[in-house]
Amino acid sequence: MPRWGLVIDLDRCTGCEACVVACKHENNVPFSTPESAAEGRLMTWIQLVPAEVPGRTQPTPLPLMCQHCERPPCTDVCPTWATYLNPEGLVAQIYPRCIGCRYCTNACPYAVKVFDWTTPDWPDSMAPMMNPDVSLRPKGVVEKCTFCHHRLMQAREWAKTQGRELAPEDYVPACVQTCPAEAMTFGDLDDPHGSVAPLAESPRAFRWMADLGTRPKVVYLREGE
Amino acid sequence: MQRHDAIVEPVLTVGPSFKRWALALAAVVAWAGFAWIWQLVNGLGVTGLGRPVYWGLYITNFVFFIGVSHAGTLISAILRIVHAEWRRPITRMAEVITVLVLFFGVGNVLLDLGRPDRALNVIQHPHFRSPLLWDVSSITVYLACSSLYLYLPLIPDIAILRDRTSGWRRRFYGRLALGWTGAPQQWHRLERAIGVMAILVIPVAVSVHTVVSWVFAMTIQPMWHSTIFGPYFVVGAIFSGIAAIITAMVIVRRVYRLEAYLTPLHFNNLGILLLVMACLWFYFTFAEYLTTWYGHEPTEITVFDAKVSGPFAAYFWAMFVFCFVLPFTFLANPKTRTIAGTLVASISVNVGMWLERFTIVVPSLANPRAPIPGFVYAPSWVEWSLMAGCFAAFTLLYMGFTKLFPIVSIWELEAHETTVVPATGPNLLAEAES
Repeated sequence: MPRWGLVIDLDRCTGCEACVVACKHENNVPFSTPESAAEGRLMTWIQLVPAEVPGRTQPTPLPLMCQHCERPPCTDVCPTWATYLNPEGLVAQIYPRCIGCRYCTNACPYAVKVFDWTTPDWPDSMAPMMNPDVSLRPKGVVEKCTFCHHRLMQAREWAKTQGRELAPEDYVPACVQTCPAEAMTFGDLDDPHGSVAPLAESPRAFRWMADLGTRPKVVYLREGE
Repeated sequence: MQRHDAIVEPVLTVGPSFKRWALALAAVVAWAGFAWIWQLVNGLGVTGLGRPVYWGLYITNFVFFIGVSHAGTLISAILRIVHAEWRRPITRMAEVITVLVLFFGVGNVLLDLGRPDRALNVIQHPHFRSPLLWDVSSITVYLACSSLYLYLPLIPDIAILRDRTSGWRRRFYGRLALGWTGAPQQWHRLERAIGVMAILVIPVAVSVHTVVSWVFAMTIQPMWHSTIFGPYFVVGAIFSGIAAIITAMVIVRRVYRLEAYLTPLHFNNLGILLLVMACLWFYFTFAEYLTTWYGHEPTEITVFDAKVSGPFAAYFWAMFVFCFVLPFTFLANPKTRTIAGTLVASISVNVGMWLERFTIVVPSLANPRAPIPGFVYAPSWVEWSLMAGCFAAFTLLYMGFTKLFPIVSIWELEAHETTVVPATGPNLLAEAES
């Protein structure tokens, strides 16, 4: 079984935030205004944060999304199994199961889980642009990056209809597909011949807050060299 | 003239002042009910919460109320076990606090849920690795134990009321008295049951607040991930619990003219107990903060600074004054360890302990490891209204209890006065009829 992982090359990242826009579109993430963001109500599954990273003295913009930890601090504390680590290593979130206690959001050291404070307000003009493959979240539940797992399900179905195994290039999250600088690479961390595993072994590779023992499956490549 | 009329009389009569207070408190509760419906309709967006401060007033209140619940049961159980005779008039009013306040502790968690309609998922799909489930288990057992522990010593008193009343009250007490006649065998069983419950309830009470602290301590968040949180919370709980008892005692004493029963001796003894807890609280707080400051671990010191000299400094230092400086000053001096003095100290401790819960919950959340943009958490009118509603509803229920049951245990006082071991049976029925 593959172990999905994402490598982000900070040397290539221009900080254009195309990934942020792509993610919002792909996953029907509700709108936020500057006012609501100032109240801590920004809805986003990926955002650039000024992080202290190896090799840099200044904080560097770091594209931050759910790190899909191998040992996620958020899943242990969920009282209802609404968030759990699935066999393919994705940290899953079951919206109809979630009671909205926000324990997982508080246990996550990356602060990447967001809560639906209100029922999302979609402008009418947006209705035809919604992604029909991603369910809309009701108010009162926690949501976050899923590595676009709906794309994985589609890719698997597609491969099945063609009578073949799932190929690594069949499944790519929206942020990776969109990145104009090609800074993001997605694939199976356990496949030594794939594109991701060698990068994750690069001397430039680091996992953010690795000292916490969360073992993230998002790997960053630091700048330089 | 029957004995202890001073205790029985207020149970059976409702004065105009009671009605005025009940009406005012009911109005606050009704307003909170409106705020709650507002929140149910519009979602938690009506609170001041946001990312990363996902928990605020509700969780602070949850920890505070569960802490206060240690008042009764624990104190009365310990005093019962060590045969502290002076405890007799105060055990009941302490135990009632426990049972009632637990509902508001649990209630605040429900208020905090984004999907209260799915609360039962916790039972249908339980995940026992979650400290929240430990809470659910522990608090459920505690509520059952402390309710039983309140009810058992009530039975003989209910029988007294049954025999003195008529109409609905007689039927009501008749059912609750479980056929109590005061036979020696019944006394023997009751004493045994109370003895067993008194011992059983202590480890359960300790587990409750330990587990509440673990909701925070089991995460790896700065200044939550602390090994002393379990005992620290238990000490804080007993501390705020004693303060709640003293406050309730002063009010009950004044309102129901129980000066003969609640004497300066009680306030002096409880005051000393409160003083000891204040010193323990200081010790734990000092140990917790000194190790954090000395270690200077970057994420920890960020939260530390936010509390001690940053945006939460006002709360932090107010907490220190209310939890230690004021109560210590009043209680360490025998001249000020009067009824008024212990009341001032107790109110101060209750305010201080609420602030302590707040400065544990919010500053850690406001300063996460990840450098995401923050915001200043200010509770909304909905949160303040629901908090006021909880306090008002608690007071109202407590008042209601005093109109149904004697707030001072009659038979325990008599057992003490006649120095007859209850097992051999002081005939309360004969007493009541004479």
